[in-house]
Amino acid sequence: MALPLGLAIAVRHLLHRRRQTVTSLVGVSLGVAFFIGIASMMQGFQRDFVNRIIDAAPHVTIKDEFRKPPPQPVFAAYPDSAVILSGLKPKDEIRGLRGARAIIDALERMPGLHVAPTLAGQILLRFGAKDVSANVTGIVPDRERFVTKLEKDLIVGSLDSLYTAANGLIIGEGIALKAGIGLNDMVSVIAPSGVLMRMKVVGIFRSGITLMDNFDTYALLKKAQVLQNRPNVVNRIRIRLDDVEQAADLARSVEARFGWRTESWQEQSSNILGIFVIQNAIMYSTVGAILIVACFGIFNVISTVIYEKTRDIGILKSMGFREADIRRIFVYEGLMVGILGMLIGWALGYGIVEFMGSLKFEMEGFIRAQGFVLYRTPRHYVISGAMAIAASTFAAWLPARRASRLNPVDIVRGAA
Amino acid sequence: MTAAIEAIGVARTLPGPVPVTLVQDIDLTVRPGEFVAITGPSGSGKSSLLYLLGLLDVPTRGSIRLQGRDTAGLSGDALADLRLARIGFVFQFHFLLPEFSAADNVAIPMRRLGELGAGAIRQRSEDLLASLGLAEHRRKLPEQMSGGQRQRVAIARALANDPAVILADEPTGNLDTASAQLVFDTFRSLAHDQGRTVVAVTHDHDLAATADRQVHLVDGRIV
Repeated sequence: MALPLGLAIAVRHLLHRRRQTVTSLVGVSLGVAFFIGIASMMQGFQRDFVNRIIDAAPHVTIKDEFRKPPPQPVFAAYPDSAVILSGLKPKDEIRGLRGARAIIDALERMPGLHVAPTLAGQILLRFGAKDVSANVTGIVPDRERFVTKLEKDLIVGSLDSLYTAANGLIIGEGIALKAGIGLNDMVSVIAPSGVLMRMKVVGIFRSGITLMDNFDTYALLKKAQVLQNRPNVVNRIRIRLDDVEQAADLARSVEARFGWRTESWQEQSSNILGIFVIQNAIMYSTVGAILIVACFGIFNVISTVIYEKTRDIGILKSMGFREADIRRIFVYEGLMVGILGMLIGWALGYGIVEFMGSLKFEMEGFIRAQGFVLYRTPRHYVISGAMAIAASTFAAWLPARRASRLNPVDIVRGAA
Repeated sequence: MTAAIEAIGVARTLPGPVPVTLVQDIDLTVRPGEFVAITGPSGSGKSSLLYLLGLLDVPTRGSIRLQGRDTAGLSGDALADLRLARIGFVFQFHFLLPEFSAADNVAIPMRRLGELGAGAIRQRSEDLLASLGLAEHRRKLPEQMSGGQRQRVAIARALANDPAVILADEPTGNLDTASAQLVFDTFRSLAHDQGRTVVAVTHDHDLAATADRQVHLVDGRIV
């Protein structure tokens, strides 16, 4: 079957300028392929990180802090007056969530969530001649297993050992490696309060999140309270939701109701999620730059073709081709480069992703992984294809419009 | 009988700081089946008049009637449609599309018009080329043909949509005497045997003398 006339002319034009056409095709293909490869790698990493955060960390955390310090009563009493307070001294009190029990009771009445009280603090862990500073979180294992996946992340030991051991401690794999600590080893734990406690390592976990594995430890809540010298104090209430998408809404409503600073997992990881936004911006900019360069190539090819084919345009118009017919021919050329570039780019991109997937190496950044964590989705192909076709068509449109407006009389006069 | 082409009080002035008048006070009627040669010195407005008669250009004053239809005020697309269906152009330079074979070049106006199927278009292209003695050259690219052959392909292309009017602008300007004579013989045959209207611009008085009528232009006016 014969091609439509405009398409047939466009094909002949492109074949006639083979080298320039191939150069433009390579540009578009590389843009598409790099987009697929980079997007797969970056979104793979980002999604993996988010999934691990969602799995490993609580979805909402109530902290013993206020987002804004409560105003002094005098300011409330005289709202329209000029009041200066000086020499204020903070109260010397044991920090913690006051009314934690009532908050937990209220939360537990809400459907679709699990609640665990904890006490978080810092410790210095000493094993032999090695000192490692770490975070310690006092937990209630029976509640913790419903809020985080600590139990699943244990590579040795068990969560229930915290109950059975005298002073049990679960440590991250990074700490264990750094200090050479193994299961059932006794370590000395020193808290900022000055309390020194000999504790037995009853479990080692690997979450895959580097910060947690290198700095987090867990003890029974009661032991942590002794260590911190804060009896009966809870400074974090950790919540896990059946529907993780509700985290931000719940955090807002809990904070509004109880006043304590309440953070969703997004807010707690906002610094890293912010980096992801920058990463994505860099990715789109890079691929956009490649495509823009490719567009210049297409623009150049079509402008050159139009310059060379000015006489043909004149004769086509004198034959009875409308402006739209002429425009269509050159837009087809851009479109063909875009579509062909897209198809080649898809194949290249698929190859790049599969190649990256086949690489095996140890990677440790925000997360620990073996090789690239890739996210394969048809959406990358659709987005890159749409970008390629839109860019190519736009690059062709400008010279095509100029070509369609050429006056055939000027052309035939000039050529005569 | 309705005139094939009629120019009534036509003038064409190029705008600008110093307006240039290409043609003025043109009153011309060309009958169906008539072969008219437009002659005149260089710069007399021969080609400008031809482009006006062929609806490639629009008069600044007066009007052009094609087969009785006034073309004044028609849109660019409407003029293009009229050219496609009713007018065939032949220029001094053949203007064949270099990437297309002779037969494909002849097929282009028919494919654009879209009235014939692919088979009929191919057949008509070959018939037209054969009628101009180019049957064995139908698959050749323009670069593989002589100047005279290319010009005959251009004539075949001008005839593709069976137009009532053929307009030729110095069609023999790049041809040797024998080829030029052949082209003019073809035009005469188109007019007298096929009843088409042919208007050809030429500076060659010998060739012009073979036309039914000569229209002589000086300084943009018919004299």
